[in-house]
Amino acid sequence: MTINQSGWRPEAPLANGAGDQPTFTGNRALMLEEPLLFEIGSTDRTGVDFESPSPQGGEGRGEGGQTSWWGTLTQPSPQGERANKLGNLERGPINLPGLSEPETVRHYTRLSRQNYAIDLGVFPLGSCTMKHNPRLNERVARLPGFADVHPLQPISTIQGALGVIHELAIWLIKLTGMYGVAMAPKAGAHGELCGILCIRAALDARGETNRRVLLVPESAHGTNPATAAFAGYSVENIPATAEGRVDLAALQARLGPDIAGVMITNPNTCGLFERDMKAISDAVHAAGGYVYCDGANFNAIVGRVRPGDLGIDAMHINLHKTFSTPHGGGGPGSGPVVLSEALAPYGPLPFVAKYPDGSFRLIEEASFEQDHPGTFGRMTAFHGQMGMFTRALTYILSHGADGLRQVSGDAVLNANYILRSLEDVLDAPFAASGPCMHEALFSDDGMAQGFTTLDIAKGLIDEGFHPMTVYFPLVVHGAMLVEPTETESKAGLDQFIGALRSVAERAKAGDETLKSAPHFAPRRRLDETAAARTPVLAQRYLADEDD
Amino acid sequence: MRYLPLSDADRSEMLATIGAASIDDLFVDVPAAARLSGPVPGLPMHMTEMAVERHMGALAKRNTAAGDAAFFIGAGAYRHHVPSSVDHLIQRGEFLTAYTPYQPEIAQGTLQVLFEFQTQVARLFGCDVANASMYDGSTACWEAIGMARRITRRTKAILSAGLHPHYVSVCQTMAKFTGDTLDIALPTLEQGKPGDDMARLLAAIDDQTSCVVVQNPNIMGHVADLSELAEACHAKGALLITVVTEPVSLGAIKSPGEMGADIVVGEGQSIGVGLQFGGPYLGLFATRDKYVRQMPGRLCGQTVDADGKRGFVLTLSTREQHIRREKATSNICTNSGLCALAFSIHMTLLGEKGLRELAAINHAKAVAAAEVLSKVPGVELLNHTFFNEFTLKLSKRSRSLVRDLADRNVLAGVALGRLYKDGDGRENGLIVAVTETTTEEHVETLASALKEALA
Repeated sequence: MTINQSGWRPEAPLANGAGDQPTFTGNRALMLEEPLLFEIGSTDRTGVDFESPSPQGGEGRGEGGQTSWWGTLTQPSPQGERANKLGNLERGPINLPGLSEPETVRHYTRLSRQNYAIDLGVFPLGSCTMKHNPRLNERVARLPGFADVHPLQPISTIQGALGVIHELAIWLIKLTGMYGVAMAPKAGAHGELCGILCIRAALDARGETNRRVLLVPESAHGTNPATAAFAGYSVENIPATAEGRVDLAALQARLGPDIAGVMITNPNTCGLFERDMKAISDAVHAAGGYVYCDGANFNAIVGRVRPGDLGIDAMHINLHKTFSTPHGGGGPGSGPVVLSEALAPYGPLPFVAKYPDGSFRLIEEASFEQDHPGTFGRMTAFHGQMGMFTRALTYILSHGADGLRQVSGDAVLNANYILRSLEDVLDAPFAASGPCMHEALFSDDGMAQGFTTLDIAKGLIDEGFHPMTVYFPLVVHGAMLVEPTETESKAGLDQFIGALRSVAERAKAGDETLKSAPHFAPRRRLDETAAARTPVLAQRYLADEDD
Repeated sequence: MRYLPLSDADRSEMLATIGAASIDDLFVDVPAAARLSGPVPGLPMHMTEMAVERHMGALAKRNTAAGDAAFFIGAGAYRHHVPSSVDHLIQRGEFLTAYTPYQPEIAQGTLQVLFEFQTQVARLFGCDVANASMYDGSTACWEAIGMARRITRRTKAILSAGLHPHYVSVCQTMAKFTGDTLDIALPTLEQGKPGDDMARLLAAIDDQTSCVVVQNPNIMGHVADLSELAEACHAKGALLITVVTEPVSLGAIKSPGEMGADIVVGEGQSIGVGLQFGGPYLGLFATRDKYVRQMPGRLCGQTVDADGKRGFVLTLSTREQHIRREKATSNICTNSGLCALAFSIHMTLLGEKGLRELAAINHAKAVAAAEVLSKVPGVELLNHTFFNEFTLKLSKRSRSLVRDLADRNVLAGVALGRLYKDGDGRENGLIVAVTETTTEEHVETLASALKEALA
């Protein structure tokens, strides 16, 4: 054996095309392929051990060989009589594959590595508010006193849980300058529904059942018109002005005795504050309607502006946006709704009330007739998203009133920094009208022939970033909505700006390689048309495939 | 502040790039009268991590954790043991801090999990397809009624008296606004046999009926064969919607799909999610292939990428609000992604073998507990059939008894008086749940506490 005295080792890839060769496994070093559970698991394998139902095993407490009643009773008799209270409805084959614990941990860990996440880098998905999720929130939510409590426990045993709901409610009311808050809604769109049902209940109480139209701006989230329709209203669009705001004159012209109210997002989905919000509210109120505010973008103004000062009657707050509860790959969310004095009497069951002695009670079905007779009713089982309440309150207490003011300030600062750093290379349709709020909006104007917003998004993936929201809002052609949030550093923003600038320049120059991006992700562009044409939504049994 | 990376020097430099003098100047579009000059008045300032933990920890201690008591509460949420790897895996940042997979090339982890989850739910329920989850069982139940309305173009829904009363309330709330008609009845303890409700449902189905909604096992724990009901629905062109609030039961009981249900919805909390004081939970939603385009909620589908490799995407989104707006099948956007992940991991750990064992142990323990408790003077077991939950008729009002027992650290179950108005004997009803977490000592404690309280 000879000693390699020069210390040479191959540092650069061999220039022989080996990097393009397929591997035996399909893996590329740390980029690991993972089969479906149904291809690796089997119905006779499990990762959970259970106590034996025999007298000797498990929990038979009898000592000295004495068999306890429990052990005897939990052992099915030879005829199976005792175990059969199932009405002769025994289950046939289920075909659910299982894995042992090590296989399970590996399956999901390998899958996790095919995901982009905030923990990996800037996730500038406009309107979704992908901010850092503090891990203290997770620790607190897992305390047994919160995580291991049943929603129907006697009130004396849940004073802490009701205390959390009450304390968070006080924060939300004071931060928004509103009169009351409904904590039950399970997510933003559910909160919209809650607010709209309050409006409808208030109008019904006034006997004005002829008000059946809700006005919604063109730039609204899709959930707004969908919610209005879900609650039995018809929807009419309000146009936007050239500078991306609600057209006040057009709105005023449409107001009348058939209008139940308006649904307005503020700051709006173009990333702009609706300057005329108070005038809009006053006009709607004068015409006998109510003002619903989509609070998805409350994170831009929290701690600085109270919607109650702008004449809002109802607004949902996405705790998973403004108050940092994790997005979890698509929920769970939480959408408490703050209410004006006019709408609060109609809010949903249940809610928490405080006795003079400091203890809490729950107003629910058994007691609402005395305590909350106007309620429109219950909109979900139990009491709302407790696990999100504990996380949001933890976040709010961490920041305090001073910190929350800095949160919105830094979020808006970061967005404006992106807007001004990129407006020379990307078209920013509303940049001339002044600063943006928490998100910067660009269009696809100026790209080379045949190059689209989608190409820019896919190019950003190769640069190691999650793309911004694309093709929303609908009022801008090829929209790109960039929301950095306050939890990005300047260095992180500079790198993102550099990457987006580089990709935008390639799109302007007509770089054809961008059209096939991404090249370095776990998958290339996926065929969504084929997926919708012949939907494969579940893995069929192997037996089916053999037929 | 520990969650804010910008330094004052960064802020100054960035403001110079923007051309603004201060952060406050960026809020120029907010009318001056609505702009606060300092922190919102009347609220405390920031706290350290340690101080927040102390504050929240003190609140947590004011609750009785289920694990610290003799615990028998169910009625729509069940305490099961969740293997430690479930909570470990859902806290991987790549799952926890991702969002709805709008960019599938860098979200295959979430998407493959959803595809596996949809398959697991469909197989568990005995259906063809399931969606990627809803908020919870109660909202999924209403969404199913809406779907039946779209399919049948009829507006009369018949609800079983054994449907969870919160689910009934949610449906009543929504029906007021949509114009659907609900045929509703309350359960009774006097004639509390499932056959009575079944007869009522069978008699009420007519050619105006969009659907019949029935829970199995029902709120009082009864287990029923729904096959005849399914046939009766189909004979009149109506759909059978089945609600499952305890999915563990399907490791032992014939699935709703096998009994002929057209839509099966459920609360998935039992598997992987935990109690969490009622939320976040997990709405399960499954149906037949032929109805998939009327389904609410997100769907993940299989496809291929530009290289021909298998991959997954969100699909059939022309049903959804972000495309169809007011014509969408639902207004739902965010669902219960992380809870679906927890469910799927727990179900993978169990597998069919584990699920069957878990169900068998739940049932065996419940049978044993029912025998012991029904021997207590003043206690009558109402169920002929049940899975892991049954209803007792006590010789005293159950609501105050439950409160008294809580003071002795016995969480005895759910008094029907908590859920319903008094009448037909309901004020004496107690719903008792027994799972694999229940011990012999717990049952003895409850039996002796009931004996004393009813003496």
